[in-house]
Amino acid sequence: MARNLANEPARVAVMFRKMLVIRAFEEAAGENFFAGHIRGSVHQYIGEESIAVGICENLRDDDYLTSNHRGHGHSIAKGADPRAMMLELFGKVGGTSNGKGGSMHIADFSVGMLGANGVIADGCTISVGAAQAVKLLGQDRIVVNFIGDGGINRGPFMEALNWAKVYELPVLFVCENNQIAASTTTRLVTAGGGIAKRAESFDVPAITIDGNDLFAVDSTAGRVVSEIRNGSGPQLIQAMTYRLRGHFAHDDAGYRDAGEAEAALEHEPIRRTESWLLENGLSQDEIDGMRDEVKAEITGFVEDAEQADWPDPSLAFTDVQDVGAPIVPGAEQ
Amino acid sequence: MSEMTYAQAARLGLQEEMRRDPTVWALGEDLGYEGGMAGQYSDLQAEFGDDRIVDTPISESTIMGAAVGAAMGGTRPIAELRFSDFAMCAVDELVNQAAKARYMFGGQARVPMVARMPIGIRGGVAAQHSQSPEAWYTHVPGLVVVTPGTPAENRGLLKSSIRCDDPVVYMEHKGLWGMTGQVDESDQSAIPLGVARTVRDGRDITIVSWSAQVGVVSEAAAALSGEGISVEVIDLRTLWPWDREAVMASVSKTGKLLVVHEAVRVGGFGGEIAAEVAEELGVPVARLGGERIPIPFSIPLEEAYKIKSDRIAARVREMLA
Ligand SMILES: Cc1ncc(C[n+]2csc(CCOP(=O)(O)OP(=O)(O)O)c2C)c(N)n1
Ligand SMILES: [Mg+2]
Repeated sequence: MARNLANEPARVAVMFRKMLVIRAFEEAAGENFFAGHIRGSVHQYIGEESIAVGICENLRDDDYLTSNHRGHGHSIAKGADPRAMMLELFGKVGGTSNGKGGSMHIADFSVGMLGANGVIADGCTISVGAAQAVKLLGQDRIVVNFIGDGGINRGPFMEALNWAKVYELPVLFVCENNQIAASTTTRLVTAGGGIAKRAESFDVPAITIDGNDLFAVDSTAGRVVSEIRNGSGPQLIQAMTYRLRGHFAHDDAGYRDAGEAEAALEHEPIRRTESWLLENGLSQDEIDGMRDEVKAEITGFVEDAEQADWPDPSLAFTDVQDVGAPIVPGAEQ
Repeated sequence: MSEMTYAQAARLGLQEEMRRDPTVWALGEDLGYEGGMAGQYSDLQAEFGDDRIVDTPISESTIMGAAVGAAMGGTRPIAELRFSDFAMCAVDELVNQAAKARYMFGGQARVPMVARMPIGIRGGVAAQHSQSPEAWYTHVPGLVVVTPGTPAENRGLLKSSIRCDDPVVYMEHKGLWGMTGQVDESDQSAIPLGVARTVRDGRDITIVSWSAQVGVVSEAAAALSGEGISVEVIDLRTLWPWDREAVMASVSKTGKLLVVHEAVRVGGFGGEIAAEVAEELGVPVARLGGERIPIPFSIPLEEAYKIKSDRIAARVREMLA
């Protein structure tokens, strides 16, 4: 049964705050990338926050989530600690993987976050496997897999859909359709009636929603998650959205039509949710206060990350495997 | 002569081959607007059209498999996989199909394709974007494996890889994209496959290496020369076939061999060369390669993986002691 969210400003405020955390985290990640404090690549989730937050608000801590290269928002929404994530981006001790993984490999197994992924669509097959484990162990967890609109053209996506349906597994595929994959307009390289049609061709129920509408995401996820938990088998949500920034922080998105991103600002989820909150009991002061608080929190995490220790080089040689592991320097005796 | 980067030189080599032979074409993700991850395809779509520089879906198996079919069908495709790590999504098409078609079909099929898959550490892109799996492909009968180390070689070796009638695994090093060097544009000749280059002449020991690691080896050799140790440095350039003649001749002269590579030492291609040299010449051989760990993200951890010039120099001193 769909909840009437209009009556729950407190719930909306909680989700709004999480969206603000993701936004501030991503802004800080971008700034620190340009400042040279973060290496590699940083794929920001700016403009898509409502999807992760609206979905994850309907999950339990012990539900599983698999992600892709754009995984910071998914991780925060699932309950990963943004401070540990920031330390990870800086490659420091105390990061989610103590600096071994970085941005593309954020994971927090304590909250069911089974990992971002550097390889497109590999999360799809891992998800169906996690769901098989859930089934074997007689648990009632569900597994959520986030995939992009570009990722659906890899075989593992199609294989995983088929597989999830054949074994009636508790998997929710969430396709974040921002209509672009790196610099390629996905419409130009994607045949057929789209993502939902692909799912339906496997008898996997699919629904397309406005992903920037927090309420649509929240209420759809509420219904679908409970159906899956009650044995419906796999389902897919296609959340339409827009990537407000470049593919990664160092991409100026020059392939876009002039004015496109500016026009999209009107539909971006934080602004939309903020207007709703203003109409439903929160004052501008309260909202600004929340924003300042979140910013200060993230700034604190950045400072912590700057000051945190670099990992000892010997850490490079640990956690490879049990038998046949390399010798960890300094640990010979 | 003009100065250009490793990426620009590769672009030039491809452009020359595409002008020379209308059956040469490339397929991969983000080749048109983006021009490839380092500009190695920049503006080529404008010149040759979008059916010769093809922007594909994110479908690695089909990028590789389609190249196999297109090669059988009489064209010379270049399958661009962006990272050797993503090429692993298409190893089946490369190993079970491209490499074996000629043999299995009794010589009826030829697969003149280039599978382009950059290797190596570029700095902070971690375990799934930094690997050097070149040894995997040397193990597969039917494949040629090329690892260019300079701008001029990235042009000349790409040209001969495109002209090669068998499938070539072409492994540029991501850390070299910006490396500059002199390229003679008037000389359109290709650099033959299977021929090593002597980077530095020496008497006391031979160091064999390839790809970005050659630069580090050269630093070590320069440092050692200050101590009166004379190191001969050979860049293999092609791993399969490797230039046995050049390596044997050099080691026959120096009497000692050290092989150094960025890839993991265990099961690395250095082992093959060291074993061949030891069997044939019976001289002391040694290897330096990465520890058997995934490439970590954080700076001190990534640095701990690398084979630095001081370690190479120390190993040489040990071997000569
Ligand atoms: C197998 C594989 N191929 C290519 C890449 C390079 N790559 C990283 S992200 C990306 C685009 C992904 O687009 P989409 O799935 O729509 O996600 P978005 O970035 O829009 O969130 C590509 C091609 C990769 N990481 N893995
Ligand atoms: Mg996309």
